[in-house]
Amino acid sequence: MTGIDDIWSPVRLTLELATVTTAVLLLVGTPVAWWLARSHARWKEALAAVVALPLVLPPTVLGFYLLLALGPNGPGGWIAGLYGARTLAFTFTGLVIGSVVYSLPFVVQPIRNAFEAFGERPLEVAATLRASPWDAFWSVAVPLARPGFVTGAVLGFAHTVGEFGVVLMIGGNIPGETKVLSVAIYDFVETLQWTQAHVLAGGMLAFSFVVILVTFLLEKRLRRDRP
Amino acid sequence: MKRTVLLSAALVAAVHALFAAAPAVAAEIRVAVAANFVEPVKEIGALFTKATGHQAVFSSGATGQLYTQLTQDAPFEVFLAADQATPQKAIDEGFAVAGTRFTYATGRLALFSKDPALVKGEAALTEGRFAKLAIANPATAPYGAAAVEAMKALGVHDALAPKLVQGNNIAQTYQFVETGNAELGFVALSQIVRHAEGSRWLVPDSLHAPIAQDAVLLKRGADSEAARAFLAFLRGPEGRAVVEKFGYGSGN
Repeated sequence: MTGIDDIWSPVRLTLELATVTTAVLLLVGTPVAWWLARSHARWKEALAAVVALPLVLPPTVLGFYLLLALGPNGPGGWIAGLYGARTLAFTFTGLVIGSVVYSLPFVVQPIRNAFEAFGERPLEVAATLRASPWDAFWSVAVPLARPGFVTGAVLGFAHTVGEFGVVLMIGGNIPGETKVLSVAIYDFVETLQWTQAHVLAGGMLAFSFVVILVTFLLEKRLRRDRP
Repeated sequence: MKRTVLLSAALVAAVHALFAAAPAVAAEIRVAVAANFVEPVKEIGALFTKATGHQAVFSSGATGQLYTQLTQDAPFEVFLAADQATPQKAIDEGFAVAGTRFTYATGRLALFSKDPALVKGEAALTEGRFAKLAIANPATAPYGAAAVEAMKALGVHDALAPKLVQGNNIAQTYQFVETGNAELGFVALSQIVRHAEGSRWLVPDSLHAPIAQDAVLLKRGADSEAARAFLAFLRGPEGRAVVEKFGYGSGN
């Protein structure tokens, strides 16, 4: 009844989702982290709190609001309307949007910390050497903040792989499109197909351990290499 | 300082008076109830208290979760499940009293859309004027299995398969339709029976196996007069009236 594809398809889908999500998270998260680290605006901690909300909110709350936002009466439905669809729920794009929101704090926080750690001085020096702000950002700030980027990317990727509640609420469990690893495991357990559940759950456990271990080792090494 | 002491003394006295006022014979029973039946059972509980003086306290959850809890010595005296297999299993494994299982409600399946013009009858399934049709996960939810059976009986299942999206349970399936993300879906009649919006088609019972929900007396409640009284009240005329009002068949 269960073929190899029932196991492989969710794994492949999950890796695709996590890769795309991590790329988007770095693109979106970096400017946010930069602004949070550098700005003196009085309401900046309010924005920081909004970014951190997914850490605290249960996935059911996020999932419910995402379902409304992606639906025909929300902004997601408006975007879907541009190419003739009604909703972004039940699509890969919808899952990417949900995952980006859900994993944002895991990427923004380490990058922000890294930007804050080296202070104003290196950028001031770069400015006196006539580096433009853009140039200084790429050739001074980003290399100095490298450990933050590595940690953020690894955590964002891993957190997306392990995501469950949000995907369950906006995905619709469509094989090959929205049926990701964690949902597949849940289904196998609920239907007492424990062998398949063991294969996936065991793989997930090993994967998570390796990811966390690699993050720790990388951080240690990068800290030591730091000039 | 002195005033606070006086005030709390008065409060304590008041609380004591409150408890003393309750009838001496009244007992409290704990009922584990499947999530889909929470609303009706609360109403039945209120009528039960009025009729007998006993109090019923309800803990709701998924049937499987409640079962796991009661095998771990959860303090329930009565179990109202969303299926027949789990109460039977409770009897087989020694957690419930043999001979006390009965069907207290039968779920009715309905095809529902927020769009008042979409569901005129079963034709809505073949006209295909929709992109997504929501059902509950047929592998885990009785309403999902019934929806698949009904679609197969109508000969539309294979054609509709690419349009299906699955909710994890019937509550989530309803949410997909209610938020408009799916144009229509197979939901429980009990979810839509009390409002008239949208359009709906009550799926005939003949198209799927009955979605029977069984109750059983647990071992913990074997010696409890109140627990037995509650089960009798549930299958009595007052209980049955509430069950039907909420869109369920009232069993046997």
